Amino acid sequence: MTDAMQEDPGAAPSLAARRIRERFPDAVTGSHAWRGDDTVILRREAIVDVCRFLKHEPDFAFDLFIDLTAVDHLPRAPRFEVVIHLFSIAHRHRIRLKVPLEESDPAMDTLTGVWRGTDWFEREAWDMYGIVFRGHPDLKRVLLYEEFEGHPLRKDYPIDQRQPLIGPRN
Amino acid sequence: MARRPIDPEPDLHTEPMVLNLGPSHPMTHGTVRIIATLEGETLLNADVEIGYLHRAFEKSCEHGTWQQAFPYTDRLNYNSAIVNNVCYAMGVEKLLGVEVPERCQFIRTIASEIARIADHLTCIGPSSMEVGAFSTFLYFVEARELMWDLIELLCGARLTNNYIRIGGVKADLPDDFPGRVKESFARTRQLITDVDKLLTRNRIFVDRLRDTGVIRAVDAIDWGWTGPCLRSTGVDLDLRKDEPYMVYDRVDFDVPVGEHGDNFDRYLVRMDEMHQSMRIVEQCLEMIPEGPINLDDPRVRWPAKSLVYTKMEELIDHFKLIFEGVKPPAGEVYARNESPNGELGFYLVSDGTGRPVKVRCRPPCFAAMQALGPMLRGAMISDIVPTFGMINMIGGECDR
Repeated sequence: MTDAMQEDPGAAPSLAARRIRERFPDAVTGSHAWRGDDTVILRREAIVDVCRFLKHEPDFAFDLFIDLTAVDHLPRAPRFEVVIHLFSIAHRHRIRLKVPLEESDPAMDTLTGVWRGTDWFEREAWDMYGIVFRGHPDLKRVLLYEEFEGHPLRKDYPIDQRQPLIGPRN
Repeated sequence: MARRPIDPEPDLHTEPMVLNLGPSHPMTHGTVRIIATLEGETLLNADVEIGYLHRAFEKSCEHGTWQQAFPYTDRLNYNSAIVNNVCYAMGVEKLLGVEVPERCQFIRTIASEIARIADHLTCIGPSSMEVGAFSTFLYFVEARELMWDLIELLCGARLTNNYIRIGGVKADLPDDFPGRVKESFARTRQLITDVDKLLTRNRIFVDRLRDTGVIRAVDAIDWGWTGPCLRSTGVDLDLRKDEPYMVYDRVDFDVPVGEHGDNFDRYLVRMDEMHQSMRIVEQCLEMIPEGPINLDDPRVRWPAKSLVYTKMEELIDHFKLIFEGVKPPAGEVYARNESPNGELGFYLVSDGTGRPVKVRCRPPCFAAMQALGPMLRGAMISDIVPTFGMINMIGGECDR
């Protein structure tokens, strides 16, 4: 969390943040609601359980998975953050979940068991940032080709980096 | 000559055939590859490969100022570039904590809805051509030209509009705009009615679209579908109604919802949405107030050119904004709007330096496309064409 967010008066924990903290006391490491976006920062061990809870708990009913992506905070540690956005069709509310990941082990459990729609989004996060989603049914590149070397949205990947040319495969 | 006895159970052993469609195929308007495994004409499996139009949208955005990302957003969903512009601008404005003037909100709504009509025309026109209806394609190209003419009046560009600015829009509505809208909409309504008569009860068209590409509401939600595709399954979710932004809460319009979740319902939903969009534009043109179109804040929106060329301070403001860019405080926001394909989102991360840390685009058709393979399993090979067409994958948006 940045300094500007901590000063923000809207940073009081929301209902969702409090309920997650009650239910999973060890899982939550922080929360904010900067600019009205409800955000909960979670430990990676708890992410699947928290997501199941948020999806099935009638008060929240986050049934529509919106987005999953990663952010590279180089040189800050932990370097990576997986960011998940959810929406509830019944309640018309949103939440953002963030999972910090260390550079040495950028891996977390897959969410494809909770929402099938996370499939390609997790593949994209692997493709672009090299985040490993343990248990994903088919974790391979989605936007780039298999022979591509590196993960281009990492901050230490130069924008003018060249890649080997490949011929047709079949 | 002795005849061989006929084998009552001949060994008609067959093997599944692999058929490659794309990445450049008349059906794939966009660049996508579908590797179909066929048993006769039935699809055993369909592998969908995307990424052929990947152009490093996010990486490019991270190497410019916030303002410089606008032309890249044009090229996401190039059929409705203004909607992308608007969503990105809403995101940066949310980061900054500013709100644009009322007249600007109206102009953005009008421009978005015209872009939405153009997008739906571009979806239905070519899709109908692919199942054999060529004249309807030409009718809708004519209607789309009319929409693009209107957008050209606003900003001078037809396809990649780059019309929206952080804290405003590039130019005000021209004086003859309401009159031109009236003329164009009259003709567009006529063209949509003609196409409706040609297609909606056309036996061939209905046979190709009805009960093909069926998805249940629960599955569509599970796959993260939004927009017309989700509404075709009966889920009444439209961000313009459910989380109103700009001036959508002040206009009257209906949200068409399907019931079968098949290709035909996706077609009907889009046809109806074009009428609703025209209603929105007409109401906005009635209600639009006079006033400034840009935010009066030199840290966000540069001053008028007449001042830049004559006043020292304004010249400095302009220079600083061009070279250093807008500087939102450090933080993160998610902005979303109802794009013609569904929920378009921008997740923006700022560190306060004036260069984005991250510009994430949440493309609606990316979520829809991942369900295409599973949806097609067990279908006929001819169902690929209408199903792919009605999902309305836009390469620029899906692959970024």
